[in-house]
Amino acid sequence: MMKKTYKIDVDCANCANLMEAAANKVAGVEKATVNFMMQKMIVEFAPDAAPEAVMPEVVKACKIVDDGEIFL
Amino acid sequence: MNEKQRKVLYRIVAAVVALVFLQFAELGGAGKLAGYLAVYLLIGYDILYRAGKGIIRRQVFDENFLMAVATVGAFALAIYEASGDYLEGIAVMLFYQIGELFQSYAVGKSRRDICELMNLRPDYANIEIDGKLQQADPEEIAIGTEIVVQPGEKVPLDGVVISGVSTVDTSALTGESVPVDVKENQTVASGCINLTGVLHIRTTKEFGDSTVAKIMELVENASSQKSKSEEFIAKFARVYTPFVCYSALALAVLPPLVNYAIGNVPGWNTWFYRALIFLVISCPCALVISIPLSFFAGLGGASRAGVIIKGSNYLETLAKVKYVVFDKTGTLTHGNFEVEAVHHNEMPEEQFLNYAALAECASSHPISKSLQRACDAKGVQLDRQRVSNIEEISGHGITATVDGRAVAIGNSRLMDKMDIPFKECHSLGTIVHVALDKLYAGHIVIADKIKAQAKAAIAELKALGMKEIVMLTGDMQPVAAGVAEEIGIEKVYSQLLPGDKVAKVEEMLNSKGTDEKLAFVGDGTNDAPVLTRADVGIAMGGIGSDAAIEAADVVLMEDNPLQVAKAIRIAKKCLGIVYQNIVFSLVIKFSCLALGAVGIANMWFAIFADVGVMVLAVLNAIRALQVENV
Repeated sequence: MMKKTYKIDVDCANCANLMEAAANKVAGVEKATVNFMMQKMIVEFAPDAAPEAVMPEVVKACKIVDDGEIFL
Repeated sequence: MNEKQRKVLYRIVAAVVALVFLQFAELGGAGKLAGYLAVYLLIGYDILYRAGKGIIRRQVFDENFLMAVATVGAFALAIYEASGDYLEGIAVMLFYQIGELFQSYAVGKSRRDICELMNLRPDYANIEIDGKLQQADPEEIAIGTEIVVQPGEKVPLDGVVISGVSTVDTSALTGESVPVDVKENQTVASGCINLTGVLHIRTTKEFGDSTVAKIMELVENASSQKSKSEEFIAKFARVYTPFVCYSALALAVLPPLVNYAIGNVPGWNTWFYRALIFLVISCPCALVISIPLSFFAGLGGASRAGVIIKGSNYLETLAKVKYVVFDKTGTLTHGNFEVEAVHHNEMPEEQFLNYAALAECASSHPISKSLQRACDAKGVQLDRQRVSNIEEISGHGITATVDGRAVAIGNSRLMDKMDIPFKECHSLGTIVHVALDKLYAGHIVIADKIKAQAKAAIAELKALGMKEIVMLTGDMQPVAAGVAEEIGIEKVYSQLLPGDKVAKVEEMLNSKGTDEKLAFVGDGTNDAPVLTRADVGIAMGGIGSDAAIEAADVVLMEDNPLQVAKAIRIAKKCLGIVYQNIVFSLVIKFSCLALGAVGIANMWFAIFADVGVMVLAVLNAIRALQVENV
């Protein structure tokens, strides 16, 4: 399984939780965890998913819930 | 402050100045409205923009939406009533922005402070090029490079000392400031501070595999493992915000309708105002921010005390531990056999040990090692030229000739076999009998030494309210019982094979209550299955033992059983703060909501309930970092 860590920039803890929930709904994401304190998003990808294809979708999904940034 | 925060600050200052100006300006009617509206947009445009975006994306129930509705509502009310009191709507927005700014600043600052404290990362490594020291990035240094560490500098990479004698301070890793002497051929862990002499070190690991990098990785990832409290709050927030929104709507509409129906004055204005207060109070941020921050501070504080907890969830479990199971060897005892006493000898002890050690010098048995160490400690040289005719009698012992004298060393069976009458020993441990020229010369008691802090550690655990403290060991029953009695443990299971230990722990896991957790403390060797099976596995003496770091949930960097109680106390303190924050925030929020609903609380109250609570909760969370005296 592929696991990647991305740096994020998000201001409020509740927004971080919302981003986590949104990222988890994206197809190809096995599990997404937002670590607000370290400003990191840890994404485990489904076995057949390519991170390069999935991550733009994650970014899009997160943009809907908050203005936080994800640095790919 | 970052760029974003500074921009908000400028807007706040500009809005305040403009408001003061407007208070004194003689404006009336439309001019006044335009002036206030401009200030309102200045301070709140981003909130309105985000609220609008939220509505389009059907994500309505966020705080931007709440604030937009509350302030636009206040404005609308002022226009409707023609009161000209536009200040309140702006004030709400202004204070919300101040609160947000403060929150983002306070959280950002505490986040950075904690990270800074946990940052063990060395900045550079010195390498000698053409007789001159040059600084290099530790990450770029290959295995086997010679690095130089000067007094006062941090050891950047794990390695072996090639030359130099010094004292190093391991407190950054263990939390305990005990200076350790190092000399040639000794290994040094990265993260230690070199105190006295210059050390030349040959690196044995790349930076990514070094002790420092591993600890930092553990600590940084720990806060990604979410605790039950955090999950609860995240779920709670998802329900809470819509709930308050609908309540506000109901509060604005239902009471006036009821009044109207029963023939009273509807009082639309009053109820609308109360609904707005509801919306301001509703922001769940104090809760949502303070819980992970408390855990983060707790994990950071623990790591500074030499207790590496691998996740917020383990911190939570640790606080609920009621059963502590020790694997005796390596946790309560040193795990290496030492000569404890010499009995019935007529010759001087040094000479006696010398004979015994020489006879055993060819053996690799732990007993032989402990005899050699005992001689080293007494400064007795072992000259192997003096030994000949070494013969090992399996299961009995060894016979050899030392200085032309026949030495027999072994257990009671050896003495029986050679028809040498011997004296029984009542001490606990392994008894090694020695005969010289077929005459009994005395015996040596070899035992695994109990750690100096073991007794105090058990007492502290009992004081923490543990229901049961259990000792497991593969040792013989009398030895185990003796150790247990000396340090104050009542329950002992001895003569266990590694598999039996798992079974015993499982048995205890099944018989305890669900809210009572079981911790297993091991030294990380051969007990990985038990460490994983227990609710929380604690490995002791983490430096240098990768296996322990892998298998355990909690790693005690220092080889000291007192750290177990300390870890539990740190966890309890942190959880205490988490509960305080949850209860405090909820009580204030709900009482303000209640007061707002009946019309006692005004906007200022609401602002306090939102921002004030958040600030207090954040300040309380930071307390979790202070673990020195717990």
